[in-house]
Amino acid sequence: MDTAPELKIVAFCCKYCAYKAADLAGSMRLQMPPELRIVQVPCTGRLDMVEVLHAIEEGADGVMTLGCMPGDCHFLQGNLRARKRVEYVKRLLDDIGLEPERLEMFNLSSAMGGKFVEYATEMAERIRKLGPSRLRRSANSEPRGYREDHLEFGMRKLELENETAPPEESPVCHHNTVG
Amino acid sequence: MIVAEQKPLAEIKSMLGDAERILIVGCGTCVTVCFAGGTKEVAVLGSALRMSLQLDGKAKTIDEVVVQRQCEWEYIDPLLPELDKYDAILSLGCGVGVQALAERFSGKRVIPGLNTKFMGMPTQAGEWEERCQACGNCVLDKTGGICPITRCSKQLLNGPCGGSQNGHCEINGEVSCAWQKIWDRMNTLGLQEQLLTVQPPKDWSSSRDGGPRRIVRDDLQLPKEYQD
Repeated sequence: MDTAPELKIVAFCCKYCAYKAADLAGSMRLQMPPELRIVQVPCTGRLDMVEVLHAIEEGADGVMTLGCMPGDCHFLQGNLRARKRVEYVKRLLDDIGLEPERLEMFNLSSAMGGKFVEYATEMAERIRKLGPSRLRRSANSEPRGYREDHLEFGMRKLELENETAPPEESPVCHHNTVG
Repeated sequence: MIVAEQKPLAEIKSMLGDAERILIVGCGTCVTVCFAGGTKEVAVLGSALRMSLQLDGKAKTIDEVVVQRQCEWEYIDPLLPELDKYDAILSLGCGVGVQALAERFSGKRVIPGLNTKFMGMPTQAGEWEERCQACGNCVLDKTGGICPITRCSKQLLNGPCGGSQNGHCEINGEVSCAWQKIWDRMNTLGLQEQLLTVQPPKDWSSSRDGGPRRIVRDDLQLPKEYQD
C-alpha cells in the first residue's frame, strides 16, 4: 500500500484574475493536480509575508501566489507588492533551511484557464520532486492550529490593561434613524 | 524617528543559546514604522524561528507579543505576569526598549533582535535617511534647516570643503554635499549673507562626547517627599 504522505500546495489566487482563471479551467473540464488547495484573496497584494510563512509552518509543502499580469492588477499595484514580498520570503526560506523553490508567484489573466492548469501542474511536479516539506518530516505531530492567541496576546490586550476600565454602560445615545 | 534594522536570522538564532522558551516582544512605535519590529515583523520572525529551530532538531517555544512602546515602564509592566513562562525575551525594540526590558525584568535575559541605526525619516517608501545626530545644540536656524553635523561627512560648521563636487560629497557619488544644499536653501530663503558669519568651533560637550546625557524637568516632577 502506498504510504507516501499526501502533498499539499496552497494556492493563493486573486479574485479578479487567478481565481476566475481557475474557475474557467474547471468549466473547460481541465484536470487539476490533486495537491492544490485554492484560497481566494481579493488581490495578491492582500497577502502579507506572515500568511505565506504560516502556510508553510502549518505543513504546506508548496505555496503559490497567482495574480494578475503586471500592469493589469485590478488594484493597480497589488501584484507588484506581492511579487516583492514573495521574493523576500524566498530569501527567508533559504535562511530558515527550506527550499526557496517551494514558494512561487505566477501571473495570468482571467481568460487563461489553460495557463492556470499549466502553472499548477508545473508547481505540483516541482513539489513532488522535492518531496514533503522537511518540517512535516521532522515534526511527528499534526499541524498546529494557527496561533490566533498570539494576536490576542498582542498589542490590543496590553493596551486595555493600561487604560482605565471602560464604563459599564456606554454613555453614547443611539439614534434610530428609521424614517 | 528611531530607525532600526533586524539582525540576520542566523545571528538571532545564535544569541538564543540554551533558552527553551522565548518571548518575542515587538514595539508599536518607531520600529513599526520602519518595518523592523512591529506586529508583522514579530509574526514573521516568530514563524521563521520556529521553523528554523525545528529543522535544526532544536524546537523551542517561541511566543509573540507587541507592546505600544517598549521605552516606557507603564507600557512594559503588563508583561510581568506572563514572564514566568519564558527563559528569555527577544526584543524587537530599539536599543532603548531592550534596555528598558532588561532593567525592569532584571531576572530575565533580554536579547536584542535589532540593530538600532540612526534618527531619521522615510524620504520615500522603503527608504530611510539619517537626519539628526542629537548633538544637543541645534544650529538648524543658521543652515536653512539642513543639519551640517548629520549630513556633512566632516561635520563642518563653515563648509563647504574643497571636496564638494557637483553637489556631491567626495566620499561617495551618492552622498549629497550638505553645504551645497545649505547654500541653495539659504539662497532660496534670501539669507545667504548670514553664511558669511564664521561659526566658532563646536562645543561638543552637549553631545555624547560629554558622557551619557540626562534631562531633569523639575516642573514635571512631584516634590521628592511625594515621589514613589
